Amino acid sequence: MNAMSSQLQPEMHAAVQPKTNKSLNRMKRSDWFWAYLMIAPTLIGLGVFYLWPIVQTIYLSFTKWGGFGKYKWAGLHNYELLLKDPNLWIALKNTLIYTVIAVPVGIAISIFIAVLLNQKIKGISIYRTLYFLPVVTMAAAVAMVWRWLYNADYGLINYLLGSIGIEGPRWISDPAIALYAVIIVAVWSSIGYNMVIFLAGLQGIPRSYYEAAEIDGAGPVRMFFKITLPLLTPSIFFVSITSLIGAFQVFDLIYLMLGSKMGNPATEQTQTMAYLFFTNGFESGNGGYAAAVAVVLLVMILIVTAIQMKLQKKWVHYD
Amino acid sequence: MSVYTSRNKMGKKLLIHLLLIAGALVMIAPFVWMVLTSLKSLGESTQVPPVILPTKYQWENYTHIFEMLPFLDFYWNTVITTVAKVIGQVFLCSLAAYAFARIEFPGRNALFILFLTVLMVPGQVFLLPQFMIMKELGWLNTLTALIVPGLFSAFGTFLLRQFFMSLPKELEEAAKLDGCNHFQIYWRIMLPLSKPGLIALAIFVALWSWNDLMWPLIVNSTPDKMPLSAGLAYLTGEHTNLTNYPILMAGSVLAIWPMIIVFIFLQKHFVEGITLTGSK
Repeated sequence: MNAMSSQLQPEMHAAVQPKTNKSLNRMKRSDWFWAYLMIAPTLIGLGVFYLWPIVQTIYLSFTKWGGFGKYKWAGLHNYELLLKDPNLWIALKNTLIYTVIAVPVGIAISIFIAVLLNQKIKGISIYRTLYFLPVVTMAAAVAMVWRWLYNADYGLINYLLGSIGIEGPRWISDPAIALYAVIIVAVWSSIGYNMVIFLAGLQGIPRSYYEAAEIDGAGPVRMFFKITLPLLTPSIFFVSITSLIGAFQVFDLIYLMLGSKMGNPATEQTQTMAYLFFTNGFESGNGGYAAAVAVVLLVMILIVTAIQMKLQKKWVHYD
Repeated sequence: MSVYTSRNKMGKKLLIHLLLIAGALVMIAPFVWMVLTSLKSLGESTQVPPVILPTKYQWENYTHIFEMLPFLDFYWNTVITTVAKVIGQVFLCSLAAYAFARIEFPGRNALFILFLTVLMVPGQVFLLPQFMIMKELGWLNTLTALIVPGLFSAFGTFLLRQFFMSLPKELEEAAKLDGCNHFQIYWRIMLPLSKPGLIALAIFVALWSWNDLMWPLIVNSTPDKMPLSAGLAYLTGEHTNLTNYPILMAGSVLAIWPMIIVFIFLQKHFVEGITLTGSK
């Protein structure tokens, strides 16, 4: 309203311009004053705790750390070390495997459940509550109970597998299996959240589309691929962007389920980028190196998000 | 024909329910196991084949955890941190969001892009400098360290801006003619109208704060300043060597029930909040 009146009024009231102009300017200035005042606390907070740290981390990635929190400029040293570090390649590989499996599987299962819940059935809110429980539960508790379920000797899962004649693996201490054991838990705990977004997307699809398709004799599978899936692509796009960013940073479950490198032979083979960052930055006091890992992670996320944004024109349908 | 289709429909519904129930069982089985284990004796918890129901309910597991660890401190730290972050973030974010959504001022777009930058960048990029700031300020191992960085949020500002933008403009025009300033419009008109958005943000903040792990792990290493999340991680870590699963499970149950209760009661708002973030 303000912007409009300030554009129109000078011409309309040319005769009384001096006075009106002054009061208009005063109004505008008061607007600006309030705007800056209201944004200031968050802006300052974000500046100090988030924006400045971005700059700092990039700077720190070019420094070498000694004792007592001292560091000095070291050029590309950390990046050179990083390229030679077998841990980086393990972490990169695991982060990618984790992402490539957990994201699509999580999305597919959530869509399937959302479609089921989108039918006219009783007890939707009960189902929704049950599927959502893992989302609201802290990772420390989730990891603990799953570690117990996965226990090779007295865990419930291997007992159940044994009772149908399958010898269960050593889920979290076998380096070849541990990452997949974590992925199962990650998918399990993400379904509820994604499902709610998909359910909202599904409810935005007009019923009449399905009725028309039914008259044309389309079966449920055809309807799913011809109507549901294309119209759900904006939700799928949103979920895939956010879960990809989340997957690249997976830490809690890896840290909690596998424990330290000392105790578990699988941990080193199962570490991810965020884990590599954490152990270097906060356990071995290798801040410059950790900062370099963070910068690599940032670049990875930016590239993948940019690719997704580019590709979306090809497959996301907005109507 | 009609009998056939209605029977067909019933069969379809039954199939859907069966699938959903099977899925729901997978979702809640670990929680059931958690609760059952928390009531078993140590011997029962490691028995092969596993015992499903405890023969004698060991309620004392729930008191042991308070004797073994500063569990009350964990609770207190978590509650204070969460309440402070919820109140702080909802207030500060809504203030900034109002200005971004409702006032035109020079530099609005540039500032908003700065906010979006924070949204895009992964958490690990902030952590090291944040830790150094906390150390510099002497805030390590204090509740302040847990709370202060969490008062400011680009996400919250973004979420509420979306919400404020959806409200009709006529509302504030009348108030302006009555001589209200922007703070008054924000406080008296916008906030009361934005309850769904504010509640949604509050729930998100509470959930993330309650369950957050990496930051508490970094800044608070003394047990009596840890929140529940880090406390539980500490329990299973190298420091305690605790392998008493029934007591660990009792601790987990105690740590998660408040958020589960909040979720069950505010389910509608949760869903609204997620829809709000996912739809734009």
